[in-house]
Amino acid sequence: MIALSDYLMLGAILFSLSIAGIFLNRKNVIIILMCVELMLLAVNMNFIAFSRFLDDSAGQVFVFFILTVAAAEAAIGLAILIVLFRNRRTINVADLDALKG
Amino acid sequence: MTFEKILFYVFSVILVLSATMVITRRDPVHSALFLVLAFFTSAILWMLLEAEFLAIVLVLVYVGAVMVLFLFVVMMLDTDKAAMRAGFVKMMPVGLIVAGTMAFEMFLIVGPQYFGLDKFAMPAPHPADYSNTEELGRVLYTVYMYPVEIAAVILLVGIIAAIGLTMRKRPDNKSLDPSEQVKVTKGTDRIRVVKMASEIKQEAK
Repeated sequence: MIALSDYLMLGAILFSLSIAGIFLNRKNVIIILMCVELMLLAVNMNFIAFSRFLDDSAGQVFVFFILTVAAAEAAIGLAILIVLFRNRRTINVADLDALKG
Repeated sequence: MTFEKILFYVFSVILVLSATMVITRRDPVHSALFLVLAFFTSAILWMLLEAEFLAIVLVLVYVGAVMVLFLFVVMMLDTDKAAMRAGFVKMMPVGLIVAGTMAFEMFLIVGPQYFGLDKFAMPAPHPADYSNTEELGRVLYTVYMYPVEIAAVILLVGIIAAIGLTMRKRPDNKSLDPSEQVKVTKGTDRIRVVKMASEIKQEAK
């Protein structure tokens, strides 16, 4: 039988991989956005595993809302990216220093 | 080793490998395609957890809509791949150390000693006539009625924000504005009366 810990550890591995992805590709906004999506997937995996093992559908409802918010976030993030590219001709994070941060 | 366990390990390995490919590929298009594979494999794992509705939603919404949007944007932007990779090797040790430490710490918390089968037994599988969609729909439209409406508003805000951000007036746009066209009045907008001195027609010689 598959234990709850198996699913949680899989989620942990996915989450760590996406953290590593943000470190490795910190110049490329698109890959960073993809890593954020991967992170949300890891979190959703935990929610669904707990929902199954505790026999409570609240976890699945939460995943439903996370998916909604993630879809809106991806749409707005990519729209910002396109406007950024139109104005600056680059999406390299190192060149985006207009706010002097 | 049951059949379910074999399925779980096969798809977990595919999921972890495709996630690794997402973060290491040079071409963002390849990354996006491997992310599609990761989402699809996760949907199969969610099926194993008897969350059929969300598995299908993941394939339809994520693979069908969000990843296609990603691919469109990746292909529309002309990026310098070499500059994007700058610091990849330099950040490799830091990234691996941070990710490894985080994974190790999370394993200590979520490992089999706290969440093993003896602590959380696998519940009995649902009967064949059980509908996951029906169950979710029942709670979504009763207990979580207001959150569903808020989610709808969030999606609406997402649509409006995405359109509002990317819409612009193109200078070479030749379209006419019908509301301006029908607003003209008969007298002053269509003809212009010009005062001028009278002219006498010259006789041809």
